[in-house]
Amino acid sequence: MSTVATTDPATTPVEAFAQLEQNGVELMPLRKAGLARFSESGYPTVRDEDWRFTNVKPVAELPFHLVLVPLGQAIGQEQLTSKTFDQLDADRLVFVDGHFNADLSQIGNQPSGVTVTHLASSLAGLEREVGSLSGGDDNPFVALNDAFFTDGALIQIGDGQRLAKPVHLLFVTTAGEDGEAAHIRNWIDAGANAHGTIIESHLSLGKAATVTNVVTESRIGDGANIEHIKFQDLSKRAFHLASLHSELGRDARYVFHSVALGARLSRNNLRLRLAQPGIECVLNGLYMLRGQQLADHHMIVEHAAPRCDSHEYFNGILDDQSRGVFHGRILVQPGAQKTDAKQTNKNLLLCDDATANTKPQLEIYADDVKCTHGATIGAMDDDSIFYLRTRGLDAPTARRMLMHGFAGEIIERIRHDAVREELDALVWDRLEAEHQLH
Amino acid sequence: MRADTDTIDEFVASDYKYGFVTDIESESLEPGLGEETVRFISAKKKEPQWMLEWRLKALRHWEKLECPTWPHVKYPPIDFQDISYYSAPKKKGDGPKSLDEVDPKLLETYEKLGVPLHERARLAGVAVDAVFDSESIGTTFKEDLAKAGVIFCSISEAVQEHPELVRKYLGTVVPYTDNFYATLNSAVFSDGSFVYIPKGTRCPMELSTYFRINAANTGQFERTLIIAEEGSHVSYLEGCTAPMRDENQLHAAVVELIALDNAEIKYSTVQNWYPGDEEGRGGIYNFVTKRGICKTNAKISWTQVETGSAITWKYPSVILKGDNSIGEFYSVALTNNMQQADTGTKMVHLGKNTRSTIVSKGISAGRGQNSYRGLVQVGKKAANARNFSQCDSLLIGDRCGAHTFPYIEVKNPSANIEHEATTSKIGEDQIFYCNQRGLETQDAVNMIVNGFCKEVFRELPMEFAVEAQKLLDVSLEGSVG
Repeated sequence: MSTVATTDPATTPVEAFAQLEQNGVELMPLRKAGLARFSESGYPTVRDEDWRFTNVKPVAELPFHLVLVPLGQAIGQEQLTSKTFDQLDADRLVFVDGHFNADLSQIGNQPSGVTVTHLASSLAGLEREVGSLSGGDDNPFVALNDAFFTDGALIQIGDGQRLAKPVHLLFVTTAGEDGEAAHIRNWIDAGANAHGTIIESHLSLGKAATVTNVVTESRIGDGANIEHIKFQDLSKRAFHLASLHSELGRDARYVFHSVALGARLSRNNLRLRLAQPGIECVLNGLYMLRGQQLADHHMIVEHAAPRCDSHEYFNGILDDQSRGVFHGRILVQPGAQKTDAKQTNKNLLLCDDATANTKPQLEIYADDVKCTHGATIGAMDDDSIFYLRTRGLDAPTARRMLMHGFAGEIIERIRHDAVREELDALVWDRLEAEHQLH
Repeated sequence: MRADTDTIDEFVASDYKYGFVTDIESESLEPGLGEETVRFISAKKKEPQWMLEWRLKALRHWEKLECPTWPHVKYPPIDFQDISYYSAPKKKGDGPKSLDEVDPKLLETYEKLGVPLHERARLAGVAVDAVFDSESIGTTFKEDLAKAGVIFCSISEAVQEHPELVRKYLGTVVPYTDNFYATLNSAVFSDGSFVYIPKGTRCPMELSTYFRINAANTGQFERTLIIAEEGSHVSYLEGCTAPMRDENQLHAAVVELIALDNAEIKYSTVQNWYPGDEEGRGGIYNFVTKRGICKTNAKISWTQVETGSAITWKYPSVILKGDNSIGEFYSVALTNNMQQADTGTKMVHLGKNTRSTIVSKGISAGRGQNSYRGLVQVGKKAANARNFSQCDSLLIGDRCGAHTFPYIEVKNPSANIEHEATTSKIGEDQIFYCNQRGLETQDAVNMIVNGFCKEVFRELPMEFAVEAQKLLDVSLEGSVG
């Protein structure tokens, strides 16, 4: 049995669980609890405040198709060459439809104290950890992931260690049938003063309406410094649901970038808890959409300790009938004094039918804080175009320049040079090729 | 500064000076809500059949609704059967024909509240409709206004005298199905004000309604309807107070504004319902639906100063239906002690070249929780819509909260939407600077707060601006120590 298909996840046959049990019997309570939670909640609807602008009905209407063992067709190395980050000097973990593929992966020599592998290979000792950071979330997709995840990355960086090379997690879908779903769970544990760059990319090799449902839990230790770059460029029929649950240690630095270009519908839940003093956290995102695409970034940054900074920057370029959704909530708990939180969401509408929905929220229970948010939605600024034209540029060039600048603002914040340069070039080409200016 | 300090001293003894009760014989309906309640109120008002039917439709709809839980406020569930839906001062005979016949005790009450109802108040230049519990007890300057063609009376009177206008406009901006409390109001509303400004008329004086809750255990459900015909202009003020009581009282009002082509309505509120004591006992639950609709080139401006109520829950909104129409919202909301406020606005841009401005200033002190919640919506056809929103919060003390929940939904690329929000506290350096210049800390706080709110106060008619400033000073008394 390679796949299991039903109409409703809640009625998944028992064989599926029997298969999953082989991955670790200790995980069964988590899986059963997840399924029970999902049976109770069902898929979210637009009546749920958190899903108001993102209708997941198309996902709910797909057959529910679990890929419990790797699908038959082999993927050759050649199919991955020329894909993004292929030339990057990095360790590479490749997951095909949610299953680790050793042939395609390359893991070099990382220092002792650093583990880079796939989760299913070394669950021992982690059964209690997995789910501990995402546990409090009532997102139905997290519940589904709890129940059915097959594999994902495991990155552990010991105290004071640093990754010798960036780790590139490449998730590809090959599925040929609509509704085939990869449920992926990543576990990242960075010890005190650990350093590293993690790149996560999601690509489609098939054209079917696949679903990827990713849950990433990361624990970033005291004084650790981690950069996490997520690149999502799935096919225009794919659905992508992701959720990041991060707990940060004292004086930790954590930078997360999300570049969302693909998928018919993508949703990124970002949940960060800043429960130790002195944390600095940056969430940085760019979405460029066309056709019927929808990209949703939904974040909750909880400041529960004094002297933490959190900065969020999200820019969206929306063409055709696409929709960009942004929900940002900064929650400052009593006692989280000297918080410095900033939230910006800018949307550029290129077409009459594009829509932007933004909800930048502040919830503040402490008084000695600096919290600001700003949001803008609109077409390109006429004054800026005029200014450039007075400098001798023609109107199309002026517009192109502004558009590249708008995207570049976000890409520029990526600290890893090679990754930044590659994404910069990719975004540039994509804008030139796909978003003809009106 | 001297005058302000005096004001504060004046209030040191009692924080809420409007907390007295008028001992007057009143006629109250037994607590409970059902068809009989609605029929009773309607009969009491001698309403025509269509009005009663509208109320009953609302009641039937309300019975199907559930109390909303999404606001960022906490309160125990309200037992709607435990509220009296009608209370009015007992009338002798057929009731007063003019203000001269009104019970002197009532007049005294308003005198005490600083609202002169006698025509000798001509100097004040403001026409007042005074609403006491469920009844309007009188309206001043009626004749003068009538000369200009302006109709200003209680809504019960309007149902009798101008049924065609009421029937044409009532429920057109806030339908009876709108939301839980608006539906409840539609079923049981008792009184409120009605204003009609004829075509091309500039209302010769400021109009005002003063709401007073007196009776215990009653809810106040007033309904206000303002119609500004083409090219007319009106400025309307609203004030409210209530006695100090240990139990919570419900106030669920609906206000509908209709600004036809080229008309302008300016609606100002100074809301000072009893806020409850320091421990959060008592106080008014102020759950209000206010909305206006603008036709071509029309303008509606809401200004509110919210210092009272245990819980404030209101979103004065503007539907910018006509091309070139303008909506404005200026708000100062203060929460002290255990007060909670969830307030803001909705600007719905439907017409072309529509503009809206939102300036919201929230001040939280003590254990107060203050939320701004706003929606800016730009429809597909609303080309060149422009919105500017600014919501600033000021925190005084470390146990209060300030929250911002803006919603922005844009479906037209020519829209230009900007939203800014900041949260800050009164800096120690600012206080130090003032202290150094010889100002007491409390005076310094008042000064800083007034500066913080200046943009909003500027929008208020002058008499109100002075009152609002004093109110803020009083409400903040003791919050810094």
